Amino acid sequence: MNRHPSMGRLIDRNRPLSFTFDGETYRGYHGDTLASALMANGVRVIGRSFKYHRPRGIFGAGSEDPSALVQMRAGARAEPNMRATQVELYEGLVAHSQNNWPSLNWDLGAALGLVSRFLPAGFYYKTFMWPGKFWPHYEHLIRNMAGMGRSAKAADPDHYEKRHAHCDVLVIGGGAAGRTAATEAAKDGSLVWLVDENAQLEALDNVTTMARTTAFGKYDDGLYGLVERTGDHLAKPEAGAPRQILWLVRAGRMILASGAIERPLVFANNDRPGILLASAAARYLADYGVAPGKRAVIVANNDSAYDVASTLIEGGVEVAAIIDQRHMTTRREIAGCEILHNHAVIDTAGRHGLRRVTIAPLDVDGDAVPQSERLIDCDLLCVAGGFTPSVHLFSQAGGKLTFRDDIQTMVPKTEVPGITVVGTANGELDGGIGAPIALSRGKAKQFIDLQNDVTAADVELAAREGYRSVEHLKRYTTLGMGTDQGKTSNLNGIAALANALDKPLPDVGITTYRAPYTPVTIGALAGREVGAFFTPTRRTPLQEWHEDNGAVFVPAGLWQRPHYYPRGGEAMADAVKREVLAVRENVAIVDVSTLGRIDLHGVDVAEFLNRVYINGFKTLAIGMCRYGVMLRDDGMIFDDGTVAHMGDNHYIMTTTTANAGPVMAHLEYYLQVVWPDLDVRLTSITDQWAVVAVAGPQSRALLENLDSDMEFANQALPFMGWRAGEIGNIAAQVFRISFSGELAYEMAVPSDHGHALWEMLLAAGKDMDVIPYGTEALTTLRTEKGHFVMGPEADGRASADDMGLGRMLSSKKDFIGRRSLRLPALMTEGRLNLVGLVPTDGKTAIPPGAIMGNRETPGPSMEKAGHVATSVFSATLGKPIATAMVTNGRQRHGETLWAHSPVDGRVVQVEVTDPIFIDAKGERLRA
Amino acid sequence: MILLTCPHCGPRGISEFTYRGDATVARPTAPEGVDDTSWVEYLHLRDNHKGPHDELWHHVQGCRRWLRVRRDVVTHKVISCCDLAGDPAGDVAESNP
Amino acid sequence: MSSHTSRYSLANLIRHGLTGHRGWTPAWRHPEPKPEYDAIIVGGGGHGLASAYYLAKNHGMTNIAVLEKGWLGGGNTGRNTTIVRSNYLLDGNAKFYEHGMKLWEGLSQDLNYNVMFSQRGVLNLAHTKGQLETFRRRGNAMHLNGIDAEILNRDDVAKFVPSMNMSPDARFPVEGGLLQPRGGTARHDAVAWGYARGADQRGVDIIQNCEVTGIRRDQNGVVGVETSRGYIATKKIGLAVAGHSTQLAAMADVRLPIESHVLQAMVSEPVKPVLDTVITFGAAHLYVSQSDKGELVMGGDIDGYNSFAQRGSLAIVEHVTTCLMALFPQFSRLAILRTWGGIMDMTTDGSPIIGTTPVPGLFLNGGWCYGGFKATPASGWVFAHTVATGQPHVLNAELSLDRFHTGRVLDEKGAGPYPWLH
Repeated sequence: MNRHPSMGRLIDRNRPLSFTFDGETYRGYHGDTLASALMANGVRVIGRSFKYHRPRGIFGAGSEDPSALVQMRAGARAEPNMRATQVELYEGLVAHSQNNWPSLNWDLGAALGLVSRFLPAGFYYKTFMWPGKFWPHYEHLIRNMAGMGRSAKAADPDHYEKRHAHCDVLVIGGGAAGRTAATEAAKDGSLVWLVDENAQLEALDNVTTMARTTAFGKYDDGLYGLVERTGDHLAKPEAGAPRQILWLVRAGRMILASGAIERPLVFANNDRPGILLASAAARYLADYGVAPGKRAVIVANNDSAYDVASTLIEGGVEVAAIIDQRHMTTRREIAGCEILHNHAVIDTAGRHGLRRVTIAPLDVDGDAVPQSERLIDCDLLCVAGGFTPSVHLFSQAGGKLTFRDDIQTMVPKTEVPGITVVGTANGELDGGIGAPIALSRGKAKQFIDLQNDVTAADVELAAREGYRSVEHLKRYTTLGMGTDQGKTSNLNGIAALANALDKPLPDVGITTYRAPYTPVTIGALAGREVGAFFTPTRRTPLQEWHEDNGAVFVPAGLWQRPHYYPRGGEAMADAVKREVLAVRENVAIVDVSTLGRIDLHGVDVAEFLNRVYINGFKTLAIGMCRYGVMLRDDGMIFDDGTVAHMGDNHYIMTTTTANAGPVMAHLEYYLQVVWPDLDVRLTSITDQWAVVAVAGPQSRALLENLDSDMEFANQALPFMGWRAGEIGNIAAQVFRISFSGELAYEMAVPSDHGHALWEMLLAAGKDMDVIPYGTEALTTLRTEKGHFVMGPEADGRASADDMGLGRMLSSKKDFIGRRSLRLPALMTEGRLNLVGLVPTDGKTAIPPGAIMGNRETPGPSMEKAGHVATSVFSATLGKPIATAMVTNGRQRHGETLWAHSPVDGRVVQVEVTDPIFIDAKGERLRA
Repeated sequence: MILLTCPHCGPRGISEFTYRGDATVARPTAPEGVDDTSWVEYLHLRDNHKGPHDELWHHVQGCRRWLRVRRDVVTHKVISCCDLAGDPAGDVAESNP
Repeated sequence: MSSHTSRYSLANLIRHGLTGHRGWTPAWRHPEPKPEYDAIIVGGGGHGLASAYYLAKNHGMTNIAVLEKGWLGGGNTGRNTTIVRSNYLLDGNAKFYEHGMKLWEGLSQDLNYNVMFSQRGVLNLAHTKGQLETFRRRGNAMHLNGIDAEILNRDDVAKFVPSMNMSPDARFPVEGGLLQPRGGTARHDAVAWGYARGADQRGVDIIQNCEVTGIRRDQNGVVGVETSRGYIATKKIGLAVAGHSTQLAAMADVRLPIESHVLQAMVSEPVKPVLDTVITFGAAHLYVSQSDKGELVMGGDIDGYNSFAQRGSLAIVEHVTTCLMALFPQFSRLAILRTWGGIMDMTTDGSPIIGTTPVPGLFLNGGWCYGGFKATPASGWVFAHTVATGQPHVLNAELSLDRFHTGRVLDEKGAGPYPWLH
């Protein structure tokens, strides 16, 4: 390992580490980055560039590096596109080069370099068009050539967390300016956070310091997004600890001390491994004790080169020359080092790493004088093109930038409330002031964006072709769109465009900075909401019983409802048939705790109900229930349910499962915004009650077996009545309402007693073979009975009249949505009406989701007459049936239509019927 | 994330609220008495200008009150947030930058 | 304008390559506005440029201009997730979008600009039997409108997207899906640039950095526009400024059933191919595909409140990535590279508006909600017809502004007159 004996302030030589890169084992020290350790081991080529597959090495020393990207780790922890300059070394680290085949040194993709003259920016817009049908094949090749690293193929074994925090002052950047600002801010007792993306951050008194933490985004009202990499410097996170934490921090104010990033210079073949940002070269020595080369040339347009030269010489690097592009400025001498003013590097050589540079003096126009070329052997070329302040978060917050001539770069121009930019980020550059870009000419590629292989010629081509806006330039050439977000290339690209358009740089403009500052892992953004925790699961008080008793579940919004309860190896169809028949012929129970339940109190509840339902509620007596339908104000059905009159000024409303939340919000809206004069108070009580429906001809007999003080006979509890009493020692409410069309009761008890109630019902019905049933049987039962539901039938475009509920529409009062019923579209013929369907042959299943037609063969002359809404096999009738929404359907009962389902090649002849298939007179419910 | 200072609950992120747009839309007090045009305008037309915008937010994961918020739709800065029932205490809510 | 060396072809790419590509001519001119045009299209996005292209190509109107306040393609054309599909349920939408699909299929050749239209399929995932039945209805409706559609069961989905999480233990297991094989993606910027180049070659003046500040009218209708570059006379104005339609329409005292909302999109870092189709998640809001560059391109729900700021909240980014993790838990260690926002015209029925307005000579193309990009060719085609003839094309007859007055809305989701719910 090449290490300087005394330089290298960040490494701990007592803690050697071993790691592998492309299968070779190397050694480094604790405190190294992967980049510094590879450099110490003499590894120069790290990867291949995006487009031309040119060898790329280490170019920077931090998050700005566009070049040294590696595939980290392996298996389910594989991570593509990691910047070696930010990867902290740990024992056993495994890294691979990427974007090459078969190997880093012998990459077939590099053959593209031979034809690269035919592949300028945007070449793909100009070709691959003939023959048109070949495009998928061309595209397949393009896709395989593109991309960088590879994604893992299995779920991440590590986890991520999110934390929320508040502070008075958030200081971003732990350099001198940030530390001073943080100390100052803490003096008045403010809660101050200081964060830095690097691993090293010394503690400060009265300041919360967070290393390895990147502030990546500024959001509304002082919210900042931070990612703390808690486990990335380890082979794997400590047991139980997260890999990364997404911090959502609300800060009273923010101080941006994010420093500045050095710009490269643009010249022919300026991308070879061994060409580094000058500041980065100095850092490798000072921080890691690694000399990036043995013999260096420094090319600069500013004074910072001279300090870098001193550092390199101190570190034992021979500095062959400093090429200062400027005319004689301040003459500085450095012992043993030739200084050439008014010169430039015009080319480089070295197939797998720099071997030589070509320099030349510049004429009065700033062009190289070719006949005066000179070659200098070197394995390190430091480029110093001036510094660009890192103002990303300021710009994200809407701050505007201005180009300052005196320092030749973009700095904050406007004030953004709550944000202060300090230090080099605010343009307080100490040396390092150099004009962006200096173009030389020639055929060899002069790179501006090292990751996406965007050259000066590409920028000129874009300008020539009319892509004159910086946004067009970016999109046409992909300049600055790599994983480095153009940190080293954007300003040079803008300068090149300005040059091509012959405009002053400030007139060209700048692309918008957008979050994130550096890429943020999808894992950190998702946090703990993965797997089963993707979204919360709502559980009824009976969920455990369902799970313990073999229910198959189906998602219903956030709920998981029992779909059916198979016995042994029973198929779904058989289980559902058995459950349906139990309801029709015997007795069965179902958990309906998911239905929304809203408690209404107040002197105006009846008036309010009158306004929200299409039917009247003022006559509903205490002790009775009524079915109601709600519309939106556009006249379409919004929800349905029942309301029970509980006592003076007290009602309970039920809603559908899916609409429990929306109905509550809807009621609150009308009460608080539209009719604030009404005295009504609403409470959602869905979670407070467990509700079980007992349905079937034997349900009364079952209830009479219960230990209860209630009577269930018709005269004591008539259809649509309700009573309160005790079951066992549990206070219960029993509502005689039915969804299935059978004699049925809904039993409500406080949630904690739901399980006890369920068990009592099972016990009371044991001798009559009571069974539980699920939502699929419910669907069959309600379809047989001709009940529409929200979704399949009432799909948000259906009116009450469409459902055959025209008679329910009260003419004596106004209600939500009523006025819309007089709009032309709701008055005309041709609306879809709810009907029933039976297959003409009495046995062929009706395809769900079929489109109705008046002929067997589709075609332009076929009338499209609506669609199948719900298709079931009616166990009761022993044949398939369906509900459908059919054009003018109420007038078409008895007509023959065809249910077309081209997605599975089925056409079924059907007869249109009344939607009610069983017990049209309602005798069973009233039994 | 925008902070709304709910007059009942204090400053909360807007993920606790749901939105219902233009607060200046008034439902006709006697819908049966208005013509189709007025009714359709009530249903479909909403204020959509740039700058300060009066809008309704519902604190669904808080006090369940409907709030009237004045917010600049270009900068997202909240200018005021009050209960529809009127609550002087909540009239002006300064938001953080 | 067009010369044989400026035609895009492999031969010309090679020919110009031999001379350092110095021979390429500008894709479009940067003309000064004339004092008067036969028609002016406001908005230099995909829709405006396509409208101008078809006005010139189909209707012979070449003395026309496209006025763009910034750079062309700078609005939602360059901010979307590039999805192209025609998988609509309602006839009024389906026929229109399918006409667009057919135009997409020949667009690169028609424009002589490769828009990289990639028919890798659009798959809507269903997570319950009920959801799948809803998709069956849509798929059947599509078929009967001549649109390709396939219903996939669980096994089909697993085969079609082998990298996706098909675990029955997922929070929302995949039950099946609706696939439109001809759906896919296109290179969004190229669509704007291709139409711009095509329109320019036919004589259309595309004027960038020209903001319309007023619409002048007399008793017979529009007479011209005030702009940041002076007054320009015209008898026909077509607005194609989705996101800002209400602002422009207000200049002529026309109110629209539209709110402006911000919709975010994002991309991951580029990786080698992992996803070969477009997926929409059925249990929450996510659509994702992988670009030819290798980036995962994603979008989700609108932020949900009126906004003219082209930036959104982190909460949406968190939600979108959470949805992605539900389908592809192996993408946890990939990183989000860029996020951005665009301003959507959200209508009160979720469908676009293309047609006449109460002001003679003023035509509207807007209200695209989430879905404007895929409509670009069809929208331009029918809007050109509408502007040229003064009457809607049969394909946009149902997309009229008047539908809100009659109640004949095209509420594809059935969500009601609430723009933020569509």
